Amino acid sequence: MKELRLMKGNEAFAEACIRAGADGYFGYPITPQSEVMEYLMAQKTHERTGMVTLQAESEIAAINMVYGGAGCGKRVLTSSSSPGISLKQEGISYIAGAELPCLILNVVRGGPGLGTIQPSQSDYFQSTKGGGHGDYKLIVLAPASVQEMADFAGLGFELAFKYRNPVLILSDGAIGQMMEKVELDVQKPRFTMEEIRKNTPWATIGKTPDREHNIITSLDLESIKMERHNQELQKKYRSIEENEVRYEKISCEDAEYAFVAYGTSARICQKAIEIARAEGIKVGLMRPITLFPFPKKLIKEMTSRVKGILCVEMSAGQMIEDVQLAVEGRIPVEHFGRYGGIVHSPSEIVDALKKQIIGG
Amino acid sequence: MAEFKTNPEIVQPENVVYKRTELLTPKDLSYCPGCGHGTAHRIIMEVIEEMGIQSETIAVAPVGCSVLAYEFMNVDIQQASHGRAPAVATAIKRLFPEKFVFTYQGDGDLAAIGTAETIHACNRGENMTIFFINNGIYGMTGGQMAPTTLPGMKSSTSPYGRDVATMGNPLKMTELVATLPGTIYVTRQAVHTPSAVRKAKKAVRKAFENQKLNKGLSFVEIVSNCNSGWKMTPLQSNEWMVDNMFPFYPIGDIKVNDDK
Repeated sequence: MKELRLMKGNEAFAEACIRAGADGYFGYPITPQSEVMEYLMAQKTHERTGMVTLQAESEIAAINMVYGGAGCGKRVLTSSSSPGISLKQEGISYIAGAELPCLILNVVRGGPGLGTIQPSQSDYFQSTKGGGHGDYKLIVLAPASVQEMADFAGLGFELAFKYRNPVLILSDGAIGQMMEKVELDVQKPRFTMEEIRKNTPWATIGKTPDREHNIITSLDLESIKMERHNQELQKKYRSIEENEVRYEKISCEDAEYAFVAYGTSARICQKAIEIARAEGIKVGLMRPITLFPFPKKLIKEMTSRVKGILCVEMSAGQMIEDVQLAVEGRIPVEHFGRYGGIVHSPSEIVDALKKQIIGG
Repeated sequence: MAEFKTNPEIVQPENVVYKRTELLTPKDLSYCPGCGHGTAHRIIMEVIEEMGIQSETIAVAPVGCSVLAYEFMNVDIQQASHGRAPAVATAIKRLFPEKFVFTYQGDGDLAAIGTAETIHACNRGENMTIFFINNGIYGMTGGQMAPTTLPGMKSSTSPYGRDVATMGNPLKMTELVATLPGTIYVTRQAVHTPSAVRKAKKAVRKAFENQKLNKGLSFVEIVSNCNSGWKMTPLQSNEWMVDNMFPFYPIGDIKVNDDK
């Protein structure tokens, strides 16, 4: 039976990871996500389910521990916030190159540099366009509630193993820190050795006489083989684009205008919709849940029904580029951003809609 | 070319006095002729074979000359990013405490870019083994100065010799990790003579046996030659190693904590 609790987003994520049957967490403290490791340590995960929780010497070590654990066919994860995620990028590139499944949580704070500890959405490019070196993609899930922080733990592991690909949960300081009611799944068992052997035959768990030795690597010095490997990766990303697009549409049925926003911005847009509709402005919200794959087709389809789109982001304008690519110039697309740790107010979003889209 | 003929009467199982371990794959090694890596690979794989732990062993290869170690070592193996092998191995060992886990790293990997990972894995006392091949140079990238390059020693990035005033002193990583409570066995060996190989192999065996005891990290440095990087013949490089490397990096056990 599901369990109802009042939790912070970071704690709900941590609890949901334990319940999703995670085998290992490797992290390094950074605000505003340190509650993830604090919660796991307080839970004595090793006694509770056998899950390893280890505080690494750096974000770099932590992501490489994730590489090691993922290479063993285990459910492993790390979490961090923007500067720490930047440090992890080389490791993430290796994990993508070696096609290993893992979960990465980014509780985004404002940048650039040390920036601020307040919420932001300024890591969209880094998350959806690669981040590290080489041609690769992460599956990017954007939670907009504490409930989704919990739900995306299990979903993230599922997708990571389905596609042998790292999954990034792109949250932000507001969702990580705020408390909401959350329904938690029942405890799922951790993988048995038999399951690892059967489901991840590529995993390094010790060479047995019945097979060749397993190698986890992202290296091939023969360019023709490396090109082929890249082609296979691209094929996988196309299949993810075909099958894994997730989104939510709110008040779109009669909408003449649309907000496109994810995460915290999408929550604020819901309030902005109430205010606008009370004034007679028919506006709806398209909330991408997967940022890669991005719901391109659906946004393109919207252009036949709405007169204009306002992208609301806690950034200087990053997701808007994907929206513009989808819209292909059919209707006006404008950006309204607050950044550096500032969160929009609903009324200023309505004002921006009037000024930038409706043409007040 | 002379034709070699084998006498089938001699080639009999009972006459075998030595054979290549099956834990080395049949692939040709990518190392330069004369390099110590091949021997280091062989003794590690022989020990794993002799202990009968192939199916229980997971290895981690570095970035450097031995980046392709996974092609030659016939065990399950992961290739780590530069310097991070001890972090990768830490997770493997924590998730599979009953397995034998080792890293195989060069001096640039272990003592420069991976200094933090090395020190912290040693300090946590991860119950695994680190093999450290120290040839005082970056071999794979073409002979640049390493953290272990000797004072005055020439390399492509210290073409007039390592000037310690501006380039810093060579780092004795092995002595450094011996000071940490998490290490139980720290030794420095070589593989340039048959007797050195026998001693080094004993050290490798001890390092693996230690994992059964669950007491901490074993660290085995192998001082080796880089005839290509040092621009010498293999023989010259081994002599140079004895005359110059050994006085700075003395061979022998540094820490043996058998009753911890």
